[in-house]
Amino acid sequence: MKNNPIIIDLKNISVSFDNQKILNNINLYIRDGEFITFLGPSGCGKTTTLRIIAGFLQQDSGDVIFEGKNINGVPAYKRQVNTIFQRYALFPHLNVYENIAFGLRIKKMKEQEIKDTVTEMLKLVNLSGFERRNINSLSGGQQQRVAIARALAVKPRVLLLDEPLGALDLKLRKDMQVELKNIQQRLGITFIYVTHDQEEALSMSDTVVVMDGGVIQQIGTPQDVYNEPKNAFVADFIGESNILDGKMLEDFKCSFSGAQFQCLDKGFGIGESVDVVVRPEDVDIVPVEKGILTGEVTSVTFKGVHFEIIVDIGGFKWMIQTTDYEPVGKKIGLDIEPDAIHIMKKSKYSGLYGDYSSFSDELEHLSDIVEEE
Amino acid sequence: MKNKSALTQKLCASPHIVWSAIFIVVPLIMVLYYAFTDANGAFTFENILRLGDYTTTFLRSIWYGIVATVICLIIAYPLAYIIAQSKARVQSTMVMLVMIPMWMNFLLRTYAWMTLLEDNGVINGIITKLGFDGVHMINTSGAVILGMVYNFLPYMILPIYTVMTKLDRSLIEAAQDLGANKVCVIKDVVFPSTLSGVVSGITMVFVPSVSTFYISQKLGGGSFALIGDIIEMQFQVSNNFNFGAALSLVLMVLILICMAVMNRFGDDENAAGGMMI
Repeated sequence: MKNNPIIIDLKNISVSFDNQKILNNINLYIRDGEFITFLGPSGCGKTTTLRIIAGFLQQDSGDVIFEGKNINGVPAYKRQVNTIFQRYALFPHLNVYENIAFGLRIKKMKEQEIKDTVTEMLKLVNLSGFERRNINSLSGGQQQRVAIARALAVKPRVLLLDEPLGALDLKLRKDMQVELKNIQQRLGITFIYVTHDQEEALSMSDTVVVMDGGVIQQIGTPQDVYNEPKNAFVADFIGESNILDGKMLEDFKCSFSGAQFQCLDKGFGIGESVDVVVRPEDVDIVPVEKGILTGEVTSVTFKGVHFEIIVDIGGFKWMIQTTDYEPVGKKIGLDIEPDAIHIMKKSKYSGLYGDYSSFSDELEHLSDIVEEE
Repeated sequence: MKNKSALTQKLCASPHIVWSAIFIVVPLIMVLYYAFTDANGAFTFENILRLGDYTTTFLRSIWYGIVATVICLIIAYPLAYIIAQSKARVQSTMVMLVMIPMWMNFLLRTYAWMTLLEDNGVINGIITKLGFDGVHMINTSGAVILGMVYNFLPYMILPIYTVMTKLDRSLIEAAQDLGANKVCVIKDVVFPSTLSGVVSGITMVFVPSVSTFYISQKLGGGSFALIGDIIEMQFQVSNNFNFGAALSLVLMVLILICMAVMNRFGDDENAAGGMMI
């Protein structure tokens, strides 16, 4: 993957609507055959970026390069990219066969070729035998499969997917994630995927592009963005994080929450203020006398695989995931290994995220629903 | 409890039922009664048999209706598309402009066209001022069809426009995405998806065009009598209610047949997609 040629190159892309900057100087290259995901909350500019690549939207400034050629101003119908729309956008007046054949008929393919391609595509998405079915008689998952077959039938170089699984229920969504990944690997074409679901992004992608406020916050492999987040926004958006205000004492040594810790980070100034990320699963619970930090358990939630406990340490509420039950009100000690600590430079997101004092499952659930709409 | 709510429902519906009975069912029965009786009230087929004398008029009415409807469709469809594609504020202004003529009385509008089209009318006045020979426009079949198109055009624009505003924009994008240029998008996606608006637009223009009488009298000068004129004559001049009713009955049946064919055509469009395999 790393040596594949670059297929799409976005250079200094900016877009505004009504004087509001939607995309601010986006720079990004995408390699042929890559599964790349734009991840971010609603309004972060991920769909706008996708629409610019598709040709549905013209950027105010910057260039879109496709295989070395500038395609600014090339209309959507002449681009070698195809889109899977959020609400499928299947033609309601055509049946399954004709929907998939739509792009092939425009290409003026021979009837026999069309028939072969449609059959092949339906097989690919596990819908063989559905040729004559009416679009409105299909379930959401089946409609999504038809949309995928329709887009792949015209043999695009790049497939753009705009939150394609957003309207499906959880179980179906998980199945489709696996299936999409399989299809991508089998066909070897580039997938550009847009989602606000971090789990989806981590499990499917080769590369994740985290966006917020029209700006790319971080580009990296799923492991990179999880283990080495660039700033508090990325750390908070991907997975759970305790983000603390800390200081770098010297290389490999930092302090936060009133204690000193060994860490693996270097290259910061002596005494520089930093954000410290500790993932909830990386904190060890020890007896009070052995802990570097001590605190009191304020809530416990059973999550199946583990307990999620909130611990008050000097007024800052930490989230800790543990397999041992600790009752509310108990004093516990905490120990943090050097490789569990990740140091980030201060950013405009510092102090906004990473404190669980107002945390409740109910709230998190509510915010999920809002995002999906 | 259940019976009570059912009773309430019936009570609420009763004014509508009474209304429908008095103003729809009873008149229909009366038309049927008059059509098959003579002046003395005796049963007869004579009225129906006399209809053959007016075959030309029937054919002319239907032909003019078809021509006016087709012209309306040709004008209205692109216009509705342009309106639906415009920004919200432009849209409401344009819809207003389409509607405003409808606020004026139908007779007044037709009279206005008389003044415009007359041999010494406004248009000929301008033409002769410019040094050209005047054109004879009033009392021609063209004038009658113009009157129909002018009067009924909004009834074609509005239903098509309504369907177009509901058209899912992502369908157009999906078509472009699959390689369709503008012509293909309109032919393969926009038109089939807005067919229901076209069908109701055709109904709303064709039916009044076929049965109109005033337009043909004022703009056709009586030499292009339509079936509506004949029916009016039976009631107003000849006082032959029985024959007038027979004419109305046959006109009604003819329109019903046309509509049935039309709806069939609409359904066929869908079926054809399936047949292509």
